[in-house]
Amino acid sequence: MTPVLRTEGLTKRYGRRPALTDATLTIPAGRIVGLVGPNGAGKSTLLNLIAGTLVPTAGTIEVLGSRPAANAEQLAKVGFVAQDTPVYAGLSVDDHLRMGARLNPGWDVTLARQRVAQVGLDPAQKAGRLSGGQRAQLALTLAAAKRPRLLLFDEPVASLDPLARRAFLQSLMEFVAELEVSVILSSHLLADLERVCDHLAVLADSRVQLIGDVEDLLAVHKRLVGARGELDALPPGIEIIQADHTARQSTLVVHDTTGLLAQLMPGADVERLDLEDMVLAYLTRAAYIAAGAPNRSYAEQPLEAQR
Amino acid sequence: MIDFHLDLRSGVSPYQQLVQQVQRALRLGLLSVGDQLPTVKEVVAKLAINPNTVLKAYRELEHLGLVTPRPGVGTFVTQSLAGESLAAHEPLRAELRAWLAKARGAGLDAESIEALFMTTFREATEVTR
Repeated sequence: MTPVLRTEGLTKRYGRRPALTDATLTIPAGRIVGLVGPNGAGKSTLLNLIAGTLVPTAGTIEVLGSRPAANAEQLAKVGFVAQDTPVYAGLSVDDHLRMGARLNPGWDVTLARQRVAQVGLDPAQKAGRLSGGQRAQLALTLAAAKRPRLLLFDEPVASLDPLARRAFLQSLMEFVAELEVSVILSSHLLADLERVCDHLAVLADSRVQLIGDVEDLLAVHKRLVGARGELDALPPGIEIIQADHTARQSTLVVHDTTGLLAQLMPGADVERLDLEDMVLAYLTRAAYIAAGAPNRSYAEQPLEAQR
Repeated sequence: MIDFHLDLRSGVSPYQQLVQQVQRALRLGLLSVGDQLPTVKEVVAKLAINPNTVLKAYRELEHLGLVTPRPGVGTFVTQSLAGESLAAHEPLRAELRAWLAKARGAGLDAESIEALFMTTFREATEVTR
């Protein structure tokens, strides 16, 4: 199957400021991809490049096998909900549905009506008077009723309360189960992503730090705990992502490409990481490097959390 | 019908949690043969989780011989974990292990053993029917 996204050396600069640098990645079809990273990391830029609302400065990008926004057919294949789930404040819910039907050749009237009824939106209500959660549901309905093959969301739940956030994700997962659509969404809420995503891309400082299937990534990232000094020299194939030391103990987050971590490090405890800890280790490292520290020999660095 | 829940702090992967909850319900008799599991859509709509997680759990349960999907209808419990037949599993398993060791001792590789078992199994079940 055609990957939903394939980029090579994808770069976007605003003047001299890099927004996305040299991103080379492939995302297979059928995934729900979580895009994480601090503000300004390049998440929105990447989403807009995929949607075709931005044009790259350098590099190539293919979305579902074609150039983004290349033609009407390509536009119909991708649904994009930009940040803060924008809707037309002066138009009613029903106006939005009618406009969707006029603008989109593959519009699914039944799906749109059912959805609006199911989430309890009043068709006569002006969109400007909807709550944040209702607005997000409307934007999701509009994007899904296009029957796209790829749905993009930029921070869809950031401004929602926990109840509305859960309701939104429930709706989104129902759509995915029903429509067999691929999804890329950015979020700061790692716990949400852990429920929802099976693929992960970590961005920091305009670069892709980590990408892959969540299960594969968690299988090769581990926490190593050992006596101070014992973990200073690691065998080849084991990369330190983050290191914390106390006077007696070292705690490392490592990327193990050998699959033999426990055998190679018999003196240390090897523990499973959750998605949040793994992502935070990469973000911490990126912030540390961006602050001007060298990217090596963490064991010698004063990155110590004295506990 | 079984009601799934999810604990993200447990260290057990989400799909494994769903599998364990079905197994527990079977052991406790909360689910029995013929009962239907919720559809994938129902589970994701309740838990807000990735549909693939549910599919994976249901495939695992099918692999364990506990449920069977009926295309277009749903997934149904085909084996209970409660009751008396469970007690017979262990001694039977021990005998099967001994037999497997014997077969390997006689020089059969895994594929030959599987083929021998499957043909014999088919013959035997045809006779009893």
